[in-house]
Parts: sequence; structure tokens; C-alpha cells
Amino acid sequence: MKTSFVLSGVTIAGLAAGAAVAGTLDDVKARGTLNCGVSTGLTGFAAPNASGEWEGFDVTMCRAVAAAVLDDANAVQFVPTTGKTRFTALSSGEIDMLARNTTWTFSRDVDLKFEFVGVNYYDGQGFMVPADLGVSSAKELDGATVCIQTGTTTELNLADFFRSNNISYEPVPTETNAESQQQLLAGACDVFTTDASGLAATRATFESPGDWVVLPEIISKEPLGPLVRHGDNAWGDVVRWTLNALITAEELGVTSANMAEMASGTNNPEINRLMGTEGTLGEMLGLSADWAQKALSVGGNYGEVFEANIGEATPIGLARGLNAQWKDGGLIYSPPFR
Amino acid sequence: MTVSADPDKASFKPAMLIYDTRYRSMTIQIFVLIAFIIFVFWLINNTITNLFELGKPIEFRFLSEPASYDINQRLIEYSSRDTHLRASFVGLLNTLVVAALGCITATVLGVFIGIGRLSKNWIVSKIMAVYVEVFRNVPVLLWILLAMAIMIESLPAPKAFRGDTATASMYLSDSVAFTNRGVYIPEPLFNNPIGDISLFGTSSMRFDVSLDLLVILIVFFGGIFTSFKIKKWADRTQNITGVRPTTWYLKALVILVPTLVLLWALGFYLGYAELKGFNFKGGTHLRNSLIALWIALSLYTAAFIAEIVRAGILAVSSGQNEAAASLGLRPGRIMSLVILPQALRVIVPPLISNYLNLTKNSSLAIAVGYMDVTGTLGGITLNQTGRELECILMLMLVYWILSLSISAVMNWYNNSVKLVER
Amino acid sequence: MSEHAFVRKEIVPEQTPPLSSIGIVGWLKANLFSSWLNVALTLLASSFILYVLSGVLPWTFQSIWHASSLTECREIAMATWGKTHGHACWAVINDRWVQLLFGFYPSHLYWRPIVALLLLIVALGPVLFSEAPRNLFYVTAAYPFLLPWLMWGGSLWVSVSVLLGFLVAYIVIKYMVEIFGQLLGVIAAVFAALFWWTFLGAIFSEIAISVLPLSLETVTSRSFGGFMLALLIGVVAIGCSLPIGIILALARQSDLLIVKAISIGFIEFIRGVPLITLLFVASTLLNIFLPPGSDFDIILRVIIMVTLFASAYMAEVIRGGLASLPRGQYEGADSLGLDYWQSQRLIIMPQALKVSIPPIVSTFISVLKDTTLVSIIGLMDPLGLSQGIRANAEWQGIYWELFAFIALLFFVVCYSMSRYSMYLERKLQTDHL
Repeated sequence: MKTSFVLSGVTIAGLAAGAAVAGTLDDVKARGTLNCGVSTGLTGFAAPNASGEWEGFDVTMCRAVAAAVLDDANAVQFVPTTGKTRFTALSSGEIDMLARNTTWTFSRDVDLKFEFVGVNYYDGQGFMVPADLGVSSAKELDGATVCIQTGTTTELNLADFFRSNNISYEPVPTETNAESQQQLLAGACDVFTTDASGLAATRATFESPGDWVVLPEIISKEPLGPLVRHGDNAWGDVVRWTLNALITAEELGVTSANMAEMASGTNNPEINRLMGTEGTLGEMLGLSADWAQKALSVGGNYGEVFEANIGEATPIGLARGLNAQWKDGGLIYSPPFR
Repeated sequence: MTVSADPDKASFKPAMLIYDTRYRSMTIQIFVLIAFIIFVFWLINNTITNLFELGKPIEFRFLSEPASYDINQRLIEYSSRDTHLRASFVGLLNTLVVAALGCITATVLGVFIGIGRLSKNWIVSKIMAVYVEVFRNVPVLLWILLAMAIMIESLPAPKAFRGDTATASMYLSDSVAFTNRGVYIPEPLFNNPIGDISLFGTSSMRFDVSLDLLVILIVFFGGIFTSFKIKKWADRTQNITGVRPTTWYLKALVILVPTLVLLWALGFYLGYAELKGFNFKGGTHLRNSLIALWIALSLYTAAFIAEIVRAGILAVSSGQNEAAASLGLRPGRIMSLVILPQALRVIVPPLISNYLNLTKNSSLAIAVGYMDVTGTLGGITLNQTGRELECILMLMLVYWILSLSISAVMNWYNNSVKLVER
Repeated sequence: MSEHAFVRKEIVPEQTPPLSSIGIVGWLKANLFSSWLNVALTLLASSFILYVLSGVLPWTFQSIWHASSLTECREIAMATWGKTHGHACWAVINDRWVQLLFGFYPSHLYWRPIVALLLLIVALGPVLFSEAPRNLFYVTAAYPFLLPWLMWGGSLWVSVSVLLGFLVAYIVIKYMVEIFGQLLGVIAAVFAALFWWTFLGAIFSEIAISVLPLSLETVTSRSFGGFMLALLIGVVAIGCSLPIGIILALARQSDLLIVKAISIGFIEFIRGVPLITLLFVASTLLNIFLPPGSDFDIILRVIIMVTLFASAYMAEVIRGGLASLPRGQYEGADSLGLDYWQSQRLIIMPQALKVSIPPIVSTFISVLKDTTLVSIIGLMDPLGLSQGIRANAEWQGIYWELFAFIALLFFVVCYSMSRYSMYLERKLQTDHL
């Protein structure tokens, strides 16, 4: 008789989770919440705080989409995913979008059938070593013990790098970033390799960050970005242009501080189109006219989100680098709002 | 069943399929079978439909593609250019290693602790009781993580061995090094080795068997076999003459001499680990992921085995103990000749299920980055290829076969110690 | 009559035993220093205990309870003791213990899991303690329907309508069996219940809700986490696996070849594979096996797989209970003219289940411990949360304190249950003598 657990559970699940048959945008609107896949915990990108609210760079992306679609930055159901479960969660419809520092690769796009809507962080795999190891280049690491987190593209890059340079190494795979750090601090591995942002974040929280050097070699391209399922272009467009709205806002100088002022109308037609005071861009997406304003109201423009979560003022202290606007010599570039 | 009269064929009515107990069980079974088949087809049909929608039909081609990742502990030759199948095979061997090591140490520890719990020394029995309760009541995953953390934090890094101001040193005349990357012990090497036999050609299952090891094992076990013959001969002589000839030196001779001669002929020597560059080089490297997993699984399972051993010993009636004592046997011999053989019959069946549990728990290796079959086939391969269905089904099949083989071996052993009732 | 030189007339007063064999000295001598080997063992063991305590006690008690980040903890430790190592930073527990217990459950609704836990204890009372009032069995019967309502929220009428489905089945059995016989009656009852659940139940609950909502705020299962999640998975899995386990155990013992084969196949398959592979199935495959469009969330999928896992073990436990009954019980039931189900219900199962309670408790303990594996597939159980907590900039690098706290949580719960099961085992033993 206790099988009713399952039965009533199913009823409740039926209330909570809609079927992934109709368009995702309609589903999200009908459901009233956005299911967003994030990491189980990556400093600066996604982590729950003491009151259980998720915070971070990727998390803000989810919230911006939720705000644009549902007008509520808190209408997000965060689904922590691991390297293993993230793609299944997305393809099975359990989550509507994945914002989990996922690298855009050919096979993920074509074979696994996902649509990367853009790049919100240009990263690359680097190495960090203790300063007293006396190493200045990754090519001097012959015979070193290297800590890597499994389930990512990093271990493939690592194998390729050492193989093509014809040097040997000993991989020490770990399940989470935290374990890699612990091993590195204790000297159980000589080198820690992960995305350069992760290295900086890790180094920032060490007791004495000055004792650690990040080697100059960046051995891979890691364009990280949010992704959705193949074949639902309307939904893909919503996520893509929400990201672009954040980027364009920075380019055009729209910040959370001056947004109200900008929304009342400016001389720049592109700002007006972005703010929804001119044209029907929002309508074309199937959203309200001021969707971009709502997205921007969550954490400001791209630059503000960056600075608040991983920028130089935070403990992680990442410089903009490649992630500066194209005008400032970076790669962050949004197609025009027209 | 009431089979008083043969069923009358002519009077058979369809209703009898339900009301007649002779036919009812048949009816039920057929219905169950039909329902079961429908259920299975339903599952398969769903799977095929869903996979078609995802555009991922079931195929195993990915197994023959290059794995592209490295595995640190490999018992057989492997490089990142080898196939996913080969990587899974490397992982499977790693699973077998840790399971075998774990079962052995868990049994030894478990017997020791189980007997310790029955010790008359109050403090010893209390320590053992605390040990059992603490280890049994905390999840094994936590123990694995803790064992790893302790290995990493408490042992010195290799750089502590370096230079004039070394803070750590090797043990046993520089042959063994305990570092937080694992333990380095000497490895056996041969000056004039015979070579290897390569099995399975160049396929993914290729496997090199060291002829040196094979020959040494053959000679060693040949020696042990001969020593058994000598023991039988001594028994016979004792039965006939009443005097038992002293044979221990003969036995030692037939076991040791041929083996030692062979080792000398092969040019046996020990290769020591040496600190070179970043790491120790040479020697056998027991990685700390293996050790942590091994220790945690052994300690955890030992707590369960200890309880089984204790229960087994308590199940032997005290009369046996007293009878043995009245025959003048010493306590040690009472335990080994009277109590344990009888206790074994109670102990072995639950012991089997603990071995199975240990083997299955070894799949938690991924928590500490030990590359077992879950870490390779069910971990990196699954992640990189995105073939969840194929990988997980293969993984389950591997563990299932493993479990069945362990049960089969242990059941065979159990039958051989079972009381033969007359 | 022979003369005796001396006959004692009075009884010699009882003497106190020698000082060396009573009191503390005697106890020490008997238990710690009875032989040289024992002396050596005692010394060895006590030095071991001292060594362990000397490491653990200062760390545990010379510790920091109030700090907002690990860096602050280190500063305090530096200021107080002059070193950063060897002092626990319990501030992280102080900061996050609520999260470790409840996960992301809305904080104003914490009373619901607490009430659910208290009700669970009340509901288990009559099962676990024979002294408890029998009336509590009504709570036990209602609990499976109250738990989902309390945890997930929604309307109570949904649970009531599920409950009514069983009532429908019961009524049908009661009246149809007399008319159509056992087999058809049972089949009819199953269909009637299914019919109720799929069609009438929804209508009934809608009408009832419109009359009197009795609704609680809905909480999605994705907000579940922490130790509450571990307990929930454990309790639900064990609760659901009990009926499945009974059916599997009976099937395994039955004479029906096909039924027996299916049951053995299922049990041995589940017992042969590690739970983690079943959790992988839950996290990646279960949606593929189900009809297109069905979407259980991950926690329900995990509960389903853990339930299947527990059922196989439960079936073996109950089979053990069935096997421990003397043959005469079966024969006695047969000789009373009871049919199979009657004898199972009235004679066999009550006894078999009673002796099975201690192993069922052990199964529960092991399932509860195994729930920690869900952290590997990304659920926020205490271990999963500890990863999330460490990913916060404030607490990055903290390690032992979280593990120690989680280990303590599990130890307290599992240890008390294992004590209970031992107590019960002893009680059952005397019952049989």
C-alpha cells in the first residue's frame, strides 16, 4: 500500500514539471519557472550561499533569461549538474538551458545535438605550479604529476599537449576542483591544470597566493557559453539574444545605474531598440518589449556581471583580457540589435 | 494438489482454467509471462523511440575509436592513442586489483578484530567494539574521502626528500618511500629475462604475460606440491612405525632451493625507487588513490566481517571449547583446530556477500580518482562519447559477471566446507 | 555413635573476598592485567587511545565558532594560538548547518519536514515497540499518504484520492471474491483501483479542492537537499520496497516456474550491480526507458532506482524470515483449510515479518548510508552540499570540519538504529524460547 508514495509523487511531479513536447519558451512561460542547469559548485561561476541562493557568473546568466522571459529573476529552478549528468539533463528536457562553463566543441554541437548560443567567457587551459618548483614553461614539466578534474575536456587537451611535445607526465584525476586544490597545496601533485579562470580563482583563495605561478602556456581554446537543445530555434534565440543584450548594453554604455534614464528614450536608436522604446524586437522573440531591460536589471550589463562575480574587485580577481569588449581589444562582440 | 483422477478431456471447460487448481497455476503463469513480455517490449520500444528522437541509435563503434585520455595506473600497456575498449579493459583490471587486495586485507583484519572483540582484555574488546560501530555506521564514501585526505595531508611530499635539508627520508635502507603521491617499493627486475608471451595479438584485449613470473610461479608451486607429498609420506611412515620423521628441512629444501636457483639464473635484483626530477623514478609505485581506496574499503568491510566472525565463534557451543580443553589442547590450537573450522560454516555465507559488497563498493573509486572500470568506461569514456546507454549497460554487465563469478567461487568453497550429514 | 572432638555449632561468618579480587583493583586485575600478554595489550591499546585523543581533542575543542570566512578563521587562530593548523574552524558549520540539514527547502516551511519526521517516529512506534498503543497503527496506515503531502505540498485531497483508490480495491475484493472467486476478484480490484486513479480520482480531488482546498504551499523536489534528502530517500525507498520485497520473496518461493524465474532474475541482477550504476541509470537513462515526453525530476528518478535496489535486498531479508519459520506453521495453516493467501496473511507473514524487523532495520541503515552516493550524480545531499559550500569564496579550502559534521550526523542516526535493532533481536530471541 505504500506504493502510493510513488503515485502521489508522480502526481506532484506532474504539477511541477511540464512535458517537453511544446516549444521550450511556451513551456517555461506556462510553468512560471526556468529550469537552469548549473555546476554543483565552482567558485565565482555558481555556488549556493548560506541562505541557499545560487550566486555567480553562470547563475546570473540564468537569472537574466528568467527575468527576460518571466519578469522575475528568482523564477529559476537551479539544477546542479555534474560533468556526467549535464548533457543528459539538457537533452532529456529536464533543464531548459545549461549554463555550466561548458566548452563549445564540434562533437558537442554536432554529435550530441546541442546549440551553443554564444560565448560568455573565453577561456583556455593553463597550468599552475608552486613558485619554488623553479619551472617557467610547461615544456619543462617532463615527469611531473598533474592534477586534473575528470569529466571535462581538460584531460583530453592535457594528453594531447604532452603527447605532441613528447614529454611524459603522471595524471592524477580528481572528482572535484576542491580535491585538486587540496592535492596541490599538500604537494601531492606538482602542477594543477584547468581553465585559466579556474586557476586564478583557485590561487586567489590560497593562504599565500604569491607562492604560486601560472605558467604562460595556454594549451587550448575554451569558449564557454550557455547552450540549449538542437531544434528549438525560438528558445535558442531567446537565450542567445539575452546574452547579446547584456554584451551590447556594455558596449553602448547602458548600466544598471543609468538604465532608467536610458529607457526613457535617447538619441541612439540602437539603445532605444535594445530598451524596447523603438521597434518590435521583443515581440519578435515572443517576449515583452522591455525584455532586455528586465534582463539587465538582474545584475547590470555584461561588464557589471563580470566585475561583480569574477572581476578584479572580487577574491577571484580575473582581468578582462580576452573577455573585454572588441573595442577594447577583447573578443566579446555582439551582433547588432537591428 | 488433488490428482485423484485423471482429468477428463471431454469435460474440459474454459472456466476450469480459472477455477480448477490443476490449470489455474498454468493460467497465472501464462498471463504473467505475457505481461512480462509486453513490459519488456514496452521498455525496448520506448528506448528505441527516444534514442531515435535524440538521434543517437545504439551502436558500439565508439569502442574502437581512440580514447584520447591517459590513465595513471595501468597494469597493461596503454597510451592515449589506444581505443576506448582498451581503456575499459585497463579499468577492469584496476577494479579487480583493488577488489582482490581489499578482500584479503578485510578478511585478515576482520578475523583479527572479531576475535579481539571477544578478548578477555577489557580495553582491547572495547576498542574493537568502538572500531566496529564507528566504521559500520558512517557511509563508506566518507571513509574513502577521509582516507584520501589523510594520505594527502599527513605524508610528506616528494620534495621533502630532496636536498640537504630533507625533512623526510626513505625507510628500510632507502628502499621504501612513503609520500603523499603514494608508496614506492622496490620492484623485481631480471638481468637475463626470458621475455613475454603476447596474448590476443594486437587487439584491444592484448595482454602480455611475463614468462619470468610464470616460470617462477610454476617452480614455486611445484615445490609446495612436493612438500605436500613429503608430508603424506611422513604421515604414512608415522602410521606404520609410530615415529614421525623430521621433514621440515626437506620441505624447506624442495620449496626454496629450486626457486632461488631459478631467480639466480634469471639474474634477479630489486630496482629501488630514486628521486629524480619531480618524482621518484623506478620501483613499484602504489598510488595513493589505490591505497586510500584499498584501506577505506578494507577497514569498512572489516567491521562487518568482524561481526560475522564474532557471531560465528559464538555460534560454536561452549561444550566444544570445554571438550577440546579437556583433551589438553592449548588455547591457540583449540581456536584453529576446533572452533574456527566449525565457525567457518556459519561465517562463509555472509562473508561471500561482504566480498560482493566490497567489489561493488570499489566502484566508488571515482571519488578519489582511481581509474577503475567505473572511472574509465562509466566515467571519462561516457563523458567524452556521450554514449550513456551503451556505456552503462556494459558497465552493469561487467559488474554482474564479476558478482556472479565471486558467488560461484565462494559457493563452491562453501559446499566443500559444509557439514556432510550422514 | 561416634564421638567428635569438635563440631562447629554456628555458621562461620561470611568473609569479605581478598582485596585483590574485588572493587577496582580486582576488576583491573581480571580485565586488564591478568597475564603478561594482557599487560602488553593494555599498555599498547591505551597508548594508542592517548595518541589518537591527543591529536583529535585539541583540534576539536580549541576551535573557532564565530567567523564569516576561512580566512577570518585563520586570522583568529593565528591571533589566539599563533598557528593556523590544528584548530577546527567550526564557524562553517555554524554558518551552514541549517543548509546541511534542509538543503534548499524554503526556510519558512522548515516545520513541514520536522512534522513529517515526528509523525514518522509516531507511525513507526507500534511497529518497532510492542508497548506502544495499538491505536497508533492508524497513523502508520495514514503516514504514506501524509508524507508526500507534507514534503511536496499541494492539496491533501490528492493524497486522499490515492488512498480512496485502495479503499475501492478493498471493497471490490470484498464483494467480488464471493461472486467471481479469488483470482477474478483480485484482478477486478486491481482494474477498479487503476480506473479510480486514472479517471475518477482526479475528478474527485478537483471537486474536493474547490469545496475545501486544504492546500500547502508546493515545494518542488529540486529544493530538497541536505540530510533531509538522505532521510527522505531512505525512508521512501524502504517504505516502498517493503510491499515489493514481500511480493518478490513470495514469488521466489512459489511453485510457479515463470514467476519464480522472473523474480530470481530481478533480485540477482539488482544485487549483482553496484548502486552507483543504478544511479547512473537514474540520472542518464531512466527518461530514455520511459515513454517519450514523460519527465520525472531527478530526485523522483533516484527514489525509483533506490527503491528497486532496496526491494531486491528486502526480498532476500523476507525470504530469510520465511525460511526461519518451522515447516509446521505452513502445514498447520494448510490443515486449517486456509488457502494460500489466507495462510500467508494470517499465519505466515505476521511471523515472518516480525522476525525480519532487525534485518529490515539493517537494510534501512545501509540504504541510508548509500544515499551519500547521490552526490556523485549531482544531488545536494550533505556531501554534495559540502562541495557547493567549498565552492563559495568564503569557505574555499575547508575540508575536515564538513566531513566530521556529516560523519557525525550519519553516525548518530545509524548507531541509534543499529542499537535498536540489537535490542529487538535480543527481545525476539527470548520471545521464542
